Amino acid sequence: MKKIISILARNRPGVLSHVAGLVTRRGYNVESIAAGPTENHAITRITLVVTGDAKVLEQVTKQFRKLVDIIKVDIVPHSLALTGELALVTVSAPPEKRSEILNLVGVLGVKIKNVGEDSLTLFISGSARSVDAAVKALYPFEIKSMARTGLVALPLEKGEEEED
Amino acid sequence: MKRSPSAAKPASPNAATLSGAEAIVRFLKDSGVDTLFGYPGGQVIPLYDALYDSGIKHILARHEQGAIHAADGYARTSGRTGVVIATSGPGATNLVTGLANAHMDSVPLVAITGQVPTTSIGSDSFQEADIYGISIPITKYNYLVKNPADLLDILAEAFYIASSGRPGPVLVDVPKDVQTAQIPYGPPAEVSIPSYNPSPQPHKEEVEALAAALSRSLRPIFYVGGGAVTTESAPEILRLAEESDVAVVSSLLAKGTFPDDHPLSLGLPGMHGAKYSNLAINESDLVVGLGVRFDDRVVGDVRRFAPLARVAHVDIDPAEIGKRLSVDIPVSGDLKLVLKLLLKLVKAKKRPAWRERVVKLKEEHPFVIPAAKGAIKPQAAIRAISEVANGEAVVVTDVGQHQMWAAQLIAAKKPRRFLSSGGLGTMGYGLPAAIGATLADPGVPVVLVSGDGGFQMNIQELATIRQYDLPVKIVISNNGCLGMVRQWQEFFFQKRYSQTIFPYNPNFAEIGQVYGIPSRRIADPGEVQAAVRALLETPGPGLLDVLVEPEENVLPMIPAGKGQTDFFEN
Ligand SMILES: Cc1ncc(C[n+]2csc(CCOP(=O)(O)OP(=O)(O)O)c2C)c(N)n1
Ligand SMILES: [Mg+2]
Repeated sequence: MKKIISILARNRPGVLSHVAGLVTRRGYNVESIAAGPTENHAITRITLVVTGDAKVLEQVTKQFRKLVDIIKVDIVPHSLALTGELALVTVSAPPEKRSEILNLVGVLGVKIKNVGEDSLTLFISGSARSVDAAVKALYPFEIKSMARTGLVALPLEKGEEEED
Repeated sequence: MKRSPSAAKPASPNAATLSGAEAIVRFLKDSGVDTLFGYPGGQVIPLYDALYDSGIKHILARHEQGAIHAADGYARTSGRTGVVIATSGPGATNLVTGLANAHMDSVPLVAITGQVPTTSIGSDSFQEADIYGISIPITKYNYLVKNPADLLDILAEAFYIASSGRPGPVLVDVPKDVQTAQIPYGPPAEVSIPSYNPSPQPHKEEVEALAAALSRSLRPIFYVGGGAVTTESAPEILRLAEESDVAVVSSLLAKGTFPDDHPLSLGLPGMHGAKYSNLAINESDLVVGLGVRFDDRVVGDVRRFAPLARVAHVDIDPAEIGKRLSVDIPVSGDLKLVLKLLLKLVKAKKRPAWRERVVKLKEEHPFVIPAAKGAIKPQAAIRAISEVANGEAVVVTDVGQHQMWAAQLIAAKKPRRFLSSGGLGTMGYGLPAAIGATLADPGVPVVLVSGDGGFQMNIQELATIRQYDLPVKIVISNNGCLGMVRQWQEFFFQKRYSQTIFPYNPNFAEIGQVYGIPSRRIADPGEVQAAVRALLETPGPGLLDVLVEPEENVLPMIPAGKGQTDFFEN
């Protein structure tokens, strides 16, 4: 089971070390972890995508809550959060493949970040699922390098609902 | 209530300006800290300079591990936060075992370490070690003070976090330039950490569910842990148990919270616990954990623990509830508050059949000390300590066979009178912890039961005992081997005693004498009683090296991961 855990934490030096350390120490499986500021400079939001059964997830959240700097921990269902991710992907693009890739770029709605002699770097953004789909569509071309930010999520206020 | 620790404290017009080091000392004094344990070095010279004529008692250990275990023993005995100081690099890394030990057993400690100046951090300077990073997983919280203006707020937070809620060790790493910077000193602001709620109020519905289960139960057991000691819940537990005929088993850390000689007491459960204790849990229909971790050494095979019982768990740390065992009745909150509510909700009810069963189980399965065949039985020496001390002494153990015999045979009657490294099982804990205990409560006799292995892990602290003339009564259960490991090798590895026999050991009585501690060695079973009595009754420190049967085993034993009644028959 893959779940999003959204954490609000005191923005203190070391808070990310405490969170990341806990994950490895307790042997949890984390797919991504992304951290950044919130509307309040004193508070950091950390989004994790974790896998595990219900029991593991309950333990994970309890252990996070126990950290002194952690203000709030939520397991957020995909349907109750706005999610997004960014990826930069450099694909090999020799002249004979270039038009095929550019075609795909149009279909996928991704941006071209850099045009190299025989490569293209694409900038992909969207929900986790659409980024996954775009990356997958690029597999047939040689992916030379890739960087993904990991998922960030913003839990919705009550009443709002997102179709993902 | 947001408070940014980085904001410089508004100095009141008449605030004194002190160096960071002086401010630390002044803060400690103002907070009522009167005893410190530590060891100096280059990066804490300013701090030691401030201590020089401060009037605070500083105990100079002979190794930082000795200092931190002593602070731990001091904290466990007194209930106050223990404080230890070490220098950067090797001084700080020598604290690691002591931090992990205190973390596992939820002991309130504040460790103050020196660090290289902020300007040098990260450059592999002389005696630089990232103790902040190293200590993350083994502290409740930790700090690296980068800005002198934060120092006092951080200290206040550190003491608050260490001692509140589920206690634990907190490390404060103070670079040398922070120690020498000038800062205004004023009483620290009230600590408020919005993200930290140390003792949430118990939920009424949860307590009601527990009360209902307890009222319905025919064979209830309280399984008491260290949380009962921290929250000083002994009186409530005693009252509730007596009013409702609840049997009581105690974890190693809770020993003495419920008097061992009480008819409803079933002592220590688990791997080396009493047979009657495990059998009673096996028959019980309701096991109520009270501030306890359901440790694997107690529970064994989770599927076979308390098979007939519903399990309730009261704990201040919600993350403990359901961690190992699935729990039918979770109650999160401060144990003392929960017990007070329970006392109101649970109507007193006699359970004569269960009470009789408890008494009968104890009669049927007593601890039997085998008769000596030549050599002294280690159990006999430990029982002699129990008889002479009569529940009045603080008994401190090291780790190994002697520790389990002490847990089985020492009759403790009060909390904070039995100290042992439970969660981490740290050899070398005993001697320094006993030092700390003598300083916590100078009126109470302190007896250390150690093995010959563990005794040599912090043997240097004999000098500390002599220097401060601390009345630690040392009893060494000297079997010439790493007894507990040897026992496992005997049972599970065909007696292949790989690296567990000491072909050479020094004469511990002679060592004691060299350190100026009256010491004696005995080998004759007939001498035990009188020698133990003389040791405990002679004022000042003393050492008794007891040569015991080398191949004695701790029984009963439930092998690791086995079920509650899978007693190992040799
Ligand atoms: C620091 C440390 N190292 C190793 C161990 C593993 N260990 C557990 S008990 C034990 C034997 C202890 O021997 P001794 O102190 O002589 O006590 P005995 O069991 O003989 O009573 C050992 C090596 C430990 N618990 N702690
Ligand atoms: Mg031994």
